[in-house]
Amino acid sequence: MTCNLCGTQEATIHLTEIVDSQMIEIHLCENCAQEKGTDFKTHFNFTELLAGLPEAAGKSSKSQTEKKWTGQCAQCGMTYGEFSKSGRLGCENCYDAFSKMLLPLIKRIQRSIRHVGKRPLKSGGASSHNDLRLLQDRLRKSVQAEEFETAARLRDEIKQFEEKMKKGRKSKNE
Amino acid sequence: MSDIDTFVKQPAEWLRASGPESDVVVSSRLRLARNLKGYPFLSKLNAEQREEIVGRMGEIVPKGRIFERTYYFRYSGLTDLDRQFLLERHLVSREHAAAKEEKAVAITSNEVVSIMILEEDHLRLQSFQSGFNLMEAWRIANQIDSEIEKNIEFSFSEELGYFTACPTNVGTGLRASCMLHLPSLVLTKQVHKVLQALAKLNLAARGLYGEGTQATGNFFQFSNQMTLGQSEEEIIENLASVIRQVIEHEREARNYLREKRKPKFEDQIWRALGILKSARVIPSSEATQLLSLVQLGILMELLDSGLTKTDLNALFLLIQPAHLQKIMEKTLNAAERDICRADLIREHLAKISL
Ligand SMILES: [Zn+2]
Ligand SMILES: [Zn+2]
Repeated sequence: MTCNLCGTQEATIHLTEIVDSQMIEIHLCENCAQEKGTDFKTHFNFTELLAGLPEAAGKSSKSQTEKKWTGQCAQCGMTYGEFSKSGRLGCENCYDAFSKMLLPLIKRIQRSIRHVGKRPLKSGGASSHNDLRLLQDRLRKSVQAEEFETAARLRDEIKQFEEKMKKGRKSKNE
Repeated sequence: MSDIDTFVKQPAEWLRASGPESDVVVSSRLRLARNLKGYPFLSKLNAEQREEIVGRMGEIVPKGRIFERTYYFRYSGLTDLDRQFLLERHLVSREHAAAKEEKAVAITSNEVVSIMILEEDHLRLQSFQSGFNLMEAWRIANQIDSEIEKNIEFSFSEELGYFTACPTNVGTGLRASCMLHLPSLVLTKQVHKVLQALAKLNLAARGLYGEGTQATGNFFQFSNQMTLGQSEEEIIENLASVIRQVIEHEREARNYLREKRKPKFEDQIWRALGILKSARVIPSSEATQLLSLVQLGILMELLDSGLTKTDLNALFLLIQPAHLQKIMEKTLNAAERDICRADLIREHLAKISL
């Protein structure tokens, strides 16, 4: 794979970023990466980067609805246009205010729009049941797909998990 | 002597060269992005709110019982050199170090944990481990996160998890990364193949170290890209399983070099050592590249010496610009640094004879 920017060097840096509310993959060589941005991933100025990027430009062609959409967050005042440029939201309410545009975008980047990881103690703490259900779900799927190595690993994980939960309950009762 | 200068004398946690698979994996790092409830994200904070957050965190952090000895540095009290120094030790990010407004960073005295205040998110909590040890890094970060949470409410929803300024971090807010030393994959010209395969797996990789336009020294950082829809353990395990494969590839390449290309390979390593032991002026990119080869020679026991991989790891850090200036206790321009660097390296490599 050659560098998207200079087109000559071998690309060693592969990034996914949101530019103009589109998910874009960018492949850069070390030299161009150093020139265009300083640190890892979030520190690239992708808008500027794309200006000189013929290859990726096609991928970011926006649909008509997205171009016209002029939502604004009532809480922090950020407009959708502002977000499109910077890729950074203004407050937690932006997620709600821009959800029409943002959720499909998040789904493209993350492949899921449902959090299953850690939860704050105030919201009831670590969602171990959630995790267990997820593991069992994946085990079923991997058995169906005859991915036995994965299935074996998952089975071990579930066992460990259940033991950990048992221990956790015990220590709470003590 | 300021508190920061106490770090100069100690090896950075992530460079101890111990821990699992430390012949290939230099270090593991885990980062959690968190924002405080009741405040807008960074770009919409006013000066008063910024001060409030820096102040509040300054009260909370040292109180927590797991922060046995924690330094809390406000940027207004640090010099540019101090920040550069923290950056070289990976305790702050480049963006954070470059900021003009007031920010802060909390660092435990053993440098295992750092918390950047007012990075892209209000808090960026990082924990470091030497070698291949992401789960331990997660355990520590998780514990610290829970500790902070006792005093402060984070911005969170059941559906999307922890809210972050950039939607690429929403959910767990977790970025796990490992720094790998892959000199043999570079020497055998296979490293690009490995990196390309990673892009398809939604993982990111990039070179590390080096000033200016060249990242050298055969160090690469691998990290996850997805943060939502998987638990922290799953994200870590996915990344870890890929890294395990890369480790195997690097070890195979080392065997290949030893068995099939021995004369040429030994020549490269001894020449690298020869240059390092005789250079009077050396830029950091060249030094890093050559030290990487000497490190490989030590790991493969081609160089029989009193020098350990830990000594070498420390040297990678000591030759960085801010570290050199801290050691010499004076400001040095680039040309002066190249001379000091050469001196320092010759001194450290005195134990190995050619
Ligand atoms: Zn390029
Ligand atoms: Zn908002």
